[in-house]
Amino acid sequence: MNMRKTLLGATAMVALAASLAGPLAQAAANEQFFPVLVYRTGPYGPNGVPWANGYVDYLKMINARDGGVNGVKLTWEECETAYATDRGVECYERLKGKGPTGATVVQPLSTGVTFALTEKAPKDKIPLITAGYGRSESADGAVFKWNFPMLGTYWTAADIIVQALSKREGGAGKLKGKTIALVYHDSPYGKEPIAMLEARSKMHGFKFIKLPVTHPGVEQKATWLQVRRERPDYVLLWGWGVMNATALKEAVATAYPLDRMYGVWWSGAEPDVKDVGESAKGYNALAMQYGAGVGKVQQDILKYVYDKNNGTGARDLVGQVLYNRGLYSAMLAVEGVRRSQEQYGKKPMTGEQVRWGLENLNFNDAALKRLGIEGQLRPLRTTCDDHMGSSWARMQTWDGKKWVMHDAWYEADMQIIKPMVREAAAKYAKEHNITPRDCAKEMTSGS
Amino acid sequence: MLYRENGQFKTRYVDDAQIFPIRQDRLFIGAVLLIAFVAVPLLGSDYLLRALLVPFLILALAAIGLNVLVGYCGQISLGTGAFMAVGAYAAFNLMVRLPGMPLLIALVLGGLIAALAGMVFGLPSLRIRGLYLAVATLAAQFFSDWVFAHVPWLTNGSSSGSVTAPQLQVFGFVIDSPIRKYLFCLAILSVLALLVKNLVRGRKGREWMATRDMDVAASVIGISPVRAKLSAFAVSSFIVGIAGALWAFVHLGSWEPAAFNIDLSLKLLFMIIIGGLGSVMGSLFGAAFIVLLPIFLNRLLSFLGLQASTSFISHLELMTFGVLIVLFLIAEPHGMAKLWSTAKNKLRLWPFPH
Repeated sequence: MNMRKTLLGATAMVALAASLAGPLAQAAANEQFFPVLVYRTGPYGPNGVPWANGYVDYLKMINARDGGVNGVKLTWEECETAYATDRGVECYERLKGKGPTGATVVQPLSTGVTFALTEKAPKDKIPLITAGYGRSESADGAVFKWNFPMLGTYWTAADIIVQALSKREGGAGKLKGKTIALVYHDSPYGKEPIAMLEARSKMHGFKFIKLPVTHPGVEQKATWLQVRRERPDYVLLWGWGVMNATALKEAVATAYPLDRMYGVWWSGAEPDVKDVGESAKGYNALAMQYGAGVGKVQQDILKYVYDKNNGTGARDLVGQVLYNRGLYSAMLAVEGVRRSQEQYGKKPMTGEQVRWGLENLNFNDAALKRLGIEGQLRPLRTTCDDHMGSSWARMQTWDGKKWVMHDAWYEADMQIIKPMVREAAAKYAKEHNITPRDCAKEMTSGS
Repeated sequence: MLYRENGQFKTRYVDDAQIFPIRQDRLFIGAVLLIAFVAVPLLGSDYLLRALLVPFLILALAAIGLNVLVGYCGQISLGTGAFMAVGAYAAFNLMVRLPGMPLLIALVLGGLIAALAGMVFGLPSLRIRGLYLAVATLAAQFFSDWVFAHVPWLTNGSSSGSVTAPQLQVFGFVIDSPIRKYLFCLAILSVLALLVKNLVRGRKGREWMATRDMDVAASVIGISPVRAKLSAFAVSSFIVGIAGALWAFVHLGSWEPAAFNIDLSLKLLFMIIIGGLGSVMGSLFGAAFIVLLPIFLNRLLSFLGLQASTSFISHLELMTFGVLIVLFLIAEPHGMAKLWSTAKNKLRLWPFPH
């Protein structure tokens, strides 16, 4: 009996030691490895799942349709972070060394994890793509060499929402004296837009109130009591996961007019409005260029992945808002690899080589057509100086059953954002003893 | 046979008062330290050191600190996360605002500031005890969550409330590689664990334990409950504060107030309950259980060669972990430290039990 127990214990210990000993060295293969940090559980799971499905489906599609990138097969491994920073860091450490050339890029889909990885990525030479989230000042590629907040940051998002509001009021001058409230997730994610909104509030003379909601955001009674008391002209919603649905329910309960509510692009997907349905009619949200829909690239996924019963999620979820966003995120990573192969040869790329590719991306009209995203994304071009590439966005409105896209395109006002990015990046550089790169020099030398 | 103190005569009081009176124990601890300081850094992969052992060591340190308060002095606290946060932000502010501040001194000062905070929030313990005190310490938790999120001065005016650790340097060594981080945390853990072990064997520790077992009796024999309880809060928060600073600086590198939320406090409480209340060794066991086991469970299926979806794996991880906690507490309510000492007692008689 005792012997058996001892043996059992010893076996368990050996198994534990073996499993924790880390990844074994792998034979060099013609493969490009993508770590996929996801959250399919927890309070943010409903929003994490479609993003993760889109991401993985796109990688699957590239393998099935093109046989990889120029013959280099794509491989990946998912790791559940549950939106927790420490688990995200563990996932990153677990996956960063896998594959013949290590991790290609990391995309954590969490501002908290992004902040933590911003410190680690430069040492490990792994680029960090944060499409539509992350550190706003990391758009400055001269300081943040490894960060790529492509397609927009929270500052551009906040800026564009204010533009949309002034358009609705009939000019920026009309915003004077109005009250705009920000209902935000009380974390780095929710706090990012505050600096921008404060700057705009000074510019236009509107009153700006901050209403924080604590994680995970299921308890918002106090917040909406304040909304009821202050009666702001507009409420901006900066939530994620269950917080969005709860906020909309509370808004309905408070009888706040939903057409005066504007969500960021992370508060404007199907899971957010599903529970509220008809009563959320009129709610507006920002769309990161494109919302829900099935275009050519999504059809390719259906054809090459779902028709072969290889889909990650359910077939009818392909083309949802967050699904598409996951897809674009994967596409940016894959195109980064493709671009770097033009420079370094058609073989698996290291993180450092992919970083060069990401910094020299150029999605012109022809490229958009080739990628099958015509009419979904606008041209994007990254440089050493500008790691964001594009800051266009549109508005969409929930009509009770589906998201309806507005026609107007907005571009963030770089006159306001550039100096703020410069200032914040310079502060970061000073704190971290980083000497900013001289982008003018790098661009002429061509590498 | 192997583990028996026969023939080890103690001829001096000093011999009798050592931490490990049995020679085999001393050899064992020596071997463990040797493995931890030499073999593990040489053989361990970066992943093992950086992603598993560093968080394990830091949380083990915090668990030791909490054990001083809960296990030795009997004051239940749910505010551990808050004291970790105080240590972390205090050390951060010291390093950012006073250029040239050495890391070790910032850590110690951070610990001292956390000790002060601990004493302030420990004041209610003089009037209330047990579960009521636990609720009172919860106030510390919520207060720290709020204050670090809403007082910009404490986060050096960071627009998003998230701050980044400055460069870490000790005696000219930059602590950046996994091995250095591991060794740095291990050294601090070893020193503080030794300190605690000695404290609890001495006069102070006996005061704490007397207070824990029956505070009226303790005050009758001349132990001041005020001093006993507040000193336990201070020592505990000091260690917890240093652990918090390490967690922020060495492990996370960049953090937000949510990194020290109530989840962390509860996790640490579970660690010492599962590991064993009133035992330094138990804190280490408990930390290993809570930090390493979930990751092990998460990776188990892929090591067995089974394919499963990520969500299935993480649900399985949560369920198995919960079941194991329940089973453990049923099998040994006094924690893993008790199992350890039972095993040692059995080993004395092995292979010829009565």
